[in-house]
Amino acid sequence: MNAAVELLQNKFPEEVVEVAEFRGDTTITVKPGHIVDICKALRDAPQTSFKYLSMIAGLDYLPQSPRFGVVYNLYSHRNHNRVTLKTRLADDAAPAIDSVVPVWSTANWHEREAYDLLGIRFRGHPDLRRILMPENWVGHPLRKDYPLRGK
Amino acid sequence: MGIEEHLGYNILTTSLEKLVDWGRKNSLWPATFGLACCAIEMICTAANRWDIARFGMEAFRASPRQADVIIIAGTVCKKMMPAIERIYEQMTEPKWVIAMGACACSGGIFDSYAVVQGIDTYLPVDVYVPGCPPRPEGLLYGILKLHEKILQDPFLTKKYRERLALRQEAV
Amino acid sequence: MNGAETMKRTETMFLNLGPSHPSTHGVLRVLLELDGELILRADPDIGYLHRGIEKMCEYRTYHRCMPLMNRLDYLAGEANLLGFCLAMEKLLGIEVPKRAQYIRVMLVELTRIASHLFWMGTHGHDLGAMTPLFYAFREREQIMDLCEMVSGGRMFPLYFRIGGLAADLPEGFIPLAWEFVKSFPEKHQDYHTLLTKNQIWIERTKGVGVMTPDEVLDWGWSGPMARGSGVNWDLRRDNPYSSYEDFDFVVPLGKNGDTYDRYLVRMEEMLQSNRIVRQVLERLPDLPAGDIKVQDPRVSLPPKDAVYNDIAGLINHFKLIQEGITPPVGEVYQCIEAPKGEMGFYIVSDGSPQAFRLKIRGPSFVNLSAMDKLSRGRLLSDAIALIGTMDIVLADVDR
Repeated sequence: MNAAVELLQNKFPEEVVEVAEFRGDTTITVKPGHIVDICKALRDAPQTSFKYLSMIAGLDYLPQSPRFGVVYNLYSHRNHNRVTLKTRLADDAAPAIDSVVPVWSTANWHEREAYDLLGIRFRGHPDLRRILMPENWVGHPLRKDYPLRGK
Repeated sequence: MGIEEHLGYNILTTSLEKLVDWGRKNSLWPATFGLACCAIEMICTAANRWDIARFGMEAFRASPRQADVIIIAGTVCKKMMPAIERIYEQMTEPKWVIAMGACACSGGIFDSYAVVQGIDTYLPVDVYVPGCPPRPEGLLYGILKLHEKILQDPFLTKKYRERLALRQEAV
Repeated sequence: MNGAETMKRTETMFLNLGPSHPSTHGVLRVLLELDGELILRADPDIGYLHRGIEKMCEYRTYHRCMPLMNRLDYLAGEANLLGFCLAMEKLLGIEVPKRAQYIRVMLVELTRIASHLFWMGTHGHDLGAMTPLFYAFREREQIMDLCEMVSGGRMFPLYFRIGGLAADLPEGFIPLAWEFVKSFPEKHQDYHTLLTKNQIWIERTKGVGVMTPDEVLDWGWSGPMARGSGVNWDLRRDNPYSSYEDFDFVVPLGKNGDTYDRYLVRMEEMLQSNRIVRQVLERLPDLPAGDIKVQDPRVSLPPKDAVYNDIAGLINHFKLIQEGITPPVGEVYQCIEAPKGEMGFYIVSDGSPQAFRLKIRGPSFVNLSAMDKLSRGRLLSDAIALIGTMDIVLADVDR
């Protein structure tokens, strides 16, 4: 975990916003601009070796602004440790971030789900369309202003 | 429904009605329609401990044209609803519907944007089997209740034709 | 157009596999683009069982989320609940008593055996072997009886609580569990006799769905899917939780990464789970009976005499019932080795009794995403073998 923090603070010092340790988990908040480079560095550097992406979660922080966030959880098989990357997206009306599909192929479906349920667009995603809701569904159900029982 | 049209409605056909109803209830072939967790209990009902073959129902037909009863086992989601309607419409008369489990009866614990709150908002249900999931004995009890219902099925009388017309209108 | 020219022109066919199909293990639709029997592209279309569980959890107290968690991977109901309870306990920072941890391990391993038995039965059934299903269900019913004894629910016992268990094991559970543990290895030998050296089984599963270890990590595979390709990773051993470090078990690995190796891995896992249950049963008498829930006022109701005689106990009881468990502000990610793979729970808490965001990382969702890659260039009947080997449960995929 500290290896990841060191790596990011050395290579991308202006991208790291905050580092938090809670109950043994390390969470690094970064800016969304260079997320692909950050992820590639975490994957390829031998001391971190995060070759496995567990999940990508989209979050809606309404009524806070910036409203949308994306969380990545990475695991290293070599060191048996985890790190969580958090970002907040700048635009509230049309949230978008670069897709990390070039880094881990498994990101494909996770990003489609975040798009489907929250409306976050992933730039450069090969096939960004709805995955869980029907194709003609209107709205993004997991947003805080979407009612539980639907419209 | 060839028999009904050709024989007409008179009291001599009562015993024939009883015979046909008995035959129908003894070999109700279900359409494979497990959606979620209740499907596992349905498979347990068909497996060795609660053998559904005792009731002549072990032949789960994948094709709805060959099935008599559809056991809606599991949560019905809005995305799945068109497929269910299509399968129900493809089933040939006479057909029955068993709503198995809380989700099929009324939406169950899933009161959310993606779940149909009960299959009876779209299909005419004959037997409701509550439970989450119902035990295999519960499903068998529901099937026995359906057998009772079928035994009283007045398929040769005018009442049946009226009921059938209402059902086809509703769907 | 003469005959030779018509022979050269081919068209691809689009075929729908599902959503109502006996072999798709639930409501899965795979849109296949076929050239004869050869698959050119396979596009899984999921969401037919999307029930909105993540959104529902934002409107419920944490305790009321538990029935929803059970119904995620419905073949191994209790295993999902362990992941959720561990995530909540991590968030709250509480430690569960040893006896409760051991009983949790025992139930999760029993559900692992039940899940693998069901997988073996249905995977075999899809590929034409109808007999193993009935053998598997014979043992599965024994496990269902054990689950029913603890709480009344066969598939969804809902026996774990945040902080421990609902109650101690009932009388008669331990002898019945011993009966199961002692008789399982020879029944397991029956399954091997039926399938492992069966020529048809080998032909249908060897070489189907091969993934190299690097691809496994790239595609996020976990559990038996990863171990079948030789990736030596088991969360129970590498990042132990709930006292798994006290138990002695072997993690089986495959070599070639094909369907046959994954089959062998899961079969051996059943025996190893049986071994863990045996170890739990041997050690349970040494742990004090009744010590099954941590007496922390944030999660446990106080004892009744405190509720009736002491104002602090009364307020504690009232707040727990009225509001629910209120964890501190923070976020945690806790994952367990579920029968299907890595099942993770990412809980973001804003200090209120309802979760701010509960993200469930379902292993079947990730395992299924590689379907397109695996089935290109293979025959249609291999697609059925692939769906079977991925051991997907649609409620886990769609949540």
